[in-house]
Amino acid sequence: MNAPMTSFNKPWITSPDGFRVPYEVFTDQSYYDQEQEKIFRGEAWSFVGLEAELPNKGDFKATAIGDTPVIVTRDQEGRIHVFKNRCMHRGAFLVRESRGNAKSFDCVYHQWSFDLTGALRGVPMRRGVRGEGGMPAAFDMANFHLDELRVANLNGVIFATFSETVEPIEDYLGEEIVATVKRIFNRPIRILGDQRQYVHGNWKLYAENTRDPYHGSLLHLFHNTFGLYRATQTGFSHMDASKRHSLLKVRAAAAPTSEAEDKEVYKDVRSYNTEFRLQDPSILAGRQEFDDGSTLIINAIFPNLLLQQIANTLAVRQSVTYAPDAFEIVWTLFGYEDDDEEMQLIRMKQSNLIGPAGLISMEDGEAVEIVHEAVVRDGKKTSVLAMGGGYAESSEHMITEAPIIGFWQNYARYLGLTSDAAK
Amino acid sequence: MDTVAAVTTSQSVATAAMQNDELLKQSTWQGVSVMETQWRVERLLSRYAACIDDDALEQWPAFFASDACRYEIITRENVERGMPLALMFCTSQGMLFDRIVSLREANIYPQRWYRHVISNVLIQSVDEDSLTVQSSYVVFQTRRNGQTDIFSAGKYLDRIVMRDGELKFAEKRVIADTHRVDTLLVAPI
Repeated sequence: MNAPMTSFNKPWITSPDGFRVPYEVFTDQSYYDQEQEKIFRGEAWSFVGLEAELPNKGDFKATAIGDTPVIVTRDQEGRIHVFKNRCMHRGAFLVRESRGNAKSFDCVYHQWSFDLTGALRGVPMRRGVRGEGGMPAAFDMANFHLDELRVANLNGVIFATFSETVEPIEDYLGEEIVATVKRIFNRPIRILGDQRQYVHGNWKLYAENTRDPYHGSLLHLFHNTFGLYRATQTGFSHMDASKRHSLLKVRAAAAPTSEAEDKEVYKDVRSYNTEFRLQDPSILAGRQEFDDGSTLIINAIFPNLLLQQIANTLAVRQSVTYAPDAFEIVWTLFGYEDDDEEMQLIRMKQSNLIGPAGLISMEDGEAVEIVHEAVVRDGKKTSVLAMGGGYAESSEHMITEAPIIGFWQNYARYLGLTSDAAK
Repeated sequence: MDTVAAVTTSQSVATAAMQNDELLKQSTWQGVSVMETQWRVERLLSRYAACIDDDALEQWPAFFASDACRYEIITRENVERGMPLALMFCTSQGMLFDRIVSLREANIYPQRWYRHVISNVLIQSVDEDSLTVQSSYVVFQTRRNGQTDIFSAGKYLDRIVMRDGELKFAEKRVIADTHRVDTLLVAPI
């Protein structure tokens, strides 16, 4: 599988007309294999779940970091652990359900039993049966602790890493992203449920999509169609110092822009139509929840998480990879424990806007697939990222592709690609 | 009028269906024999499927009661966890119309065909105003390259009422066993 990376001198160049990314990065198995080792199993913190998914001792969920299966669990002391979901004996899945509650993890194959801290506690027939068989004298159960990952818990958002050396989560995310996480996870949450979306394309096309403020009002036409969009709302496109993560934010305009101004901005757009009106506008009714008046936060956290606030929809989106041409987006929507009944209904109605059936987000899956299918035999050709100047700098507007360039510069750095872009 | 015990979970449904079929003790509903009621319910479901599969989606909201209705597509995964999150969640006929206008005018997605197969139509309970009906569905999806796959399998849990002599959905819960959506979900199920 692991194709040798003999000539990794790839055409990653910042040309005068923009930053260019070769399409083979989406389709080539060797990139995929390198990503698993150097990003997902490397110097990065990956999202694995929310503490609220594991309210009780013994609760567990099965998930994956990249394509490595892991278990997230809460032990009898209430501590969160993350293990590889693989028995230390012969490699079978320890947990075969997606969720549950357990006193111990018992492999069904030979019933090796591990406690919730990952320690091996039982090996059937270890001392043999009637003096026959059994494990050798040198066998020591202490040597067969489950492969355990480092865990970080930021206000109930659980990250894990295979690395012993990656910086603490607060340093990894940077001040502004930490503040964003803390702002949304400011009090106990209530999980509303999951939505799962299988996409026939490369996971990095979605990493681009979620760092791309340029496409928002052009691909997603729900608001335009119903005469709701305000292109001229104020917003910004920030990155952390390392430029791995991005924070796109829109605030409700202090003074609503005019329809005339919107029409001018959108005069080249295929659909700007104000003849349609929602029959039931209650889908958009909501409350201002946050003091800063933000109506949209799209916070991409390298490598596998998106944290969003769109109106009153709050969600995490986790990317799980399967192959160069397949990944899954796991959407977990939530509100707060203290939501009143009306607020719960607001969140439920607004959930129509997002997810794989979302009126304003369903197109993202399609956007990934139409790129993936089109570039499959053009690996040496490149895309161009130039909107906003063609370099990775934060800006106080949203007419930019800079956060995508930040992602690729880091990607090149993680994979050790020879690239003047990574300088 | 006797009321058959309302059952919602699939396990208790199986028990109810296999043991005493209370519905057979009942002779009529809304002046129509239970046998004809079964036939009318199946006809409603077949017309509903034809409406979607023939891409006559503008007609789709008319299958629902205009005064009060609810439509949702929710995964069995969320139902079994006791969680409310749906994939589509409409609480009025207006929201159904808005879905259709949005997919016709706003949303971007590849052309695909649906083919519904609906079976095992089981009237679970009957009260004066409404029927509770469970059925199984499978939706095949044909992509633009001509390939057909199973897109979603699950059950309908419907509350059906009579309006002006016609059966309408007061509530339609699509409980999808298929909890992983293949790329995107555009048209209703």
